[in-house]
Amino acid sequence: MIWLDTIVQGILLGGLYALFATGLSLVFGIMRLVNLAHGDMIVLAAYLILVLVTGLGLSPWLAVLIAAPLMFALGWLLQRVVLNRVLGPDILPPLLVTFGLSIAIQNALLEGFSADSRRIPNPDLEGASVALGPVTVGVMPVLTFASAVLVIVILNRVIYGTPLGRSFRATSDDPVTAGLMGIEPMKVFAVATGIAMMVVTVAALYLGTRANFDPAIGPARLIYAFQAVIIGGLGSLWGTLAGGVIIGVAQTLGAAVNPEWQILAGHLAFLLVLLIRPRGLFPRARD
Amino acid sequence: MSSPSAPWRATTRTRTGTLVALLALALIVAGLVLPAFASRRLIQDLFYILTMLSLAQIWNLLAGYGGLVSVGQQAFVGIGAYALFGGVILGGMDPLLAILLGGAAGLVLAIPMAFFAFRLHGAYFAIGTWVIAETTRLLVAQWKALGGGTGTSLPRAATSDMMGVAQVAELFGVRDAAARDILAYWIALLLAVALIAGIYALLRSRLGLALIAVRDNAEAAGSVGVDVRWLKWAVFLIASVATGLTGALIFLQTARISPDAAFAITDWTAYVIFIVVIGGIGTIEGPILGVLVFFALRSTLADYGSWYLLTLGLTAIVAMIFAPKGLWGLLSARTGWHLFPIRHRLIGPTEGGER
Repeated sequence: MIWLDTIVQGILLGGLYALFATGLSLVFGIMRLVNLAHGDMIVLAAYLILVLVTGLGLSPWLAVLIAAPLMFALGWLLQRVVLNRVLGPDILPPLLVTFGLSIAIQNALLEGFSADSRRIPNPDLEGASVALGPVTVGVMPVLTFASAVLVIVILNRVIYGTPLGRSFRATSDDPVTAGLMGIEPMKVFAVATGIAMMVVTVAALYLGTRANFDPAIGPARLIYAFQAVIIGGLGSLWGTLAGGVIIGVAQTLGAAVNPEWQILAGHLAFLLVLLIRPRGLFPRARD
Repeated sequence: MSSPSAPWRATTRTRTGTLVALLALALIVAGLVLPAFASRRLIQDLFYILTMLSLAQIWNLLAGYGGLVSVGQQAFVGIGAYALFGGVILGGMDPLLAILLGGAAGLVLAIPMAFFAFRLHGAYFAIGTWVIAETTRLLVAQWKALGGGTGTSLPRAATSDMMGVAQVAELFGVRDAAARDILAYWIALLLAVALIAGIYALLRSRLGLALIAVRDNAEAAGSVGVDVRWLKWAVFLIASVATGLTGALIFLQTARISPDAAFAITDWTAYVIFIVVIGGIGTIEGPILGVLVFFALRSTLADYGSWYLLTLGLTAIVAMIFAPKGLWGLLSARTGWHLFPIRHRLIGPTEGGER
């Protein structure tokens, strides 16, 4: 029974990792850009929510509704002002720019909020749990997983069922031809990064309410997100969810054997998938 | 030399190049005798500059010439350092000889790392190397004989009996600790010079020509017979050995190790990337200029803690957007200087075109 419990916890943890990864997956799918500051963006959004909750006394759920458009604007601006200038056939400039951004965000947060670990207060649901058949699960982990599924459903709707999504797919396939059809790739990219930042805000809510965070934890979240994307296969959001679940289960199983092995087990699972299926489990796009 | 009947030939030699070679030789000699006059503090600063320069040259070879943007170089610094500590503490080796173990460990780690990471391309290669570096750090933290997660120090007996320490102490009339710093500084100087000379020689060779061809267009290079795969492996392995040696040397000097310090992405990869980007990627001059700028920034802003790193990160972004070839690129475009000429130029019977 302890093993079943561990696996269920792992699957639910995978929902959190899928939330981390969805924004990364979306941006990569549309503009072949890997944002090395993605993890730090999540932490930045968590601080934004924290400020709204503690400063204005809002509930975390309301704070997300205010933070999400702000993060959209930030992502849109970042893409228009910085990232669009460095996109191109050479992958080095965007990589280095986002790496610089990662270090800059971490240290700006360190300056603003100190290295103390913080947590978004969420008195209603903290520690609440429900019985789910033979196992007892926390309400927050279940909500996290449900949010991940909901985010992916909505994004897939947008991508495959709206004019905006059509322009995403067209630009992803061939930006030049899309441009001839009246789409401006640079504007599409800005909207895509904005949407990714809204997903990041949702991820930040769960990151910040479930556990403590501090300015330095971004890079590790980026790594989990990246692993989920690679395991799932490029371009498939459901694959990303599966990837997140695999990392989550590997981590909780590792931790059950020896607490020091939690992160290591996740990395080893990733390397194992890379060994067997280098293109991931459900590849849709070629990089 | 330039008789009218002399045949056409391709050369990379220029007058500036020769001048720079002479100047470099003078600088190396000055560097070698410097400990006779310099304070211990200066020697330690120079040690830091030289080891960072070595790491920057290696990363520049990987990313700037080989197109392999690794964010996992801390894996090789760490494994090299741990190999040295293992050799000294568990194997009873002389620390100076154990530096070589660092290079060997770099090679041993590089083979599985390349095997996994070469399955990924571009940006994914970058994060893949990072994941493998993290995995290595977590595995090394399980190595209880070397202190596990908290780390360990080199035993006093081993460091004071180190080969050459007694002689250096006598030569300069300094204490053992200062003599160790001088010895480490000399090795750092030799390593940096050997690396720059080695990379320069590599770039002027057939291998270097192939490397630059692959960087500019992998398909085209492949079509004229360059074995792209083999070339990437070669560059990656060379870089890993060199990084392992540098890592061992760095931690020989500090004499204290922990997984977090030895596998620190900020210290051994982020700084290095900033040095190369700010100085100018894809040139040998760039990292040299970059390390000087980096050290100047560090000395000025050291008291401001996180503001310093914030500035560094933003500077790298600005450099990448407005001066993608770095400070050296700006300087070189304005003056036409190439201190380390690697271009093969055709020289006619009258030696035209020489500058």
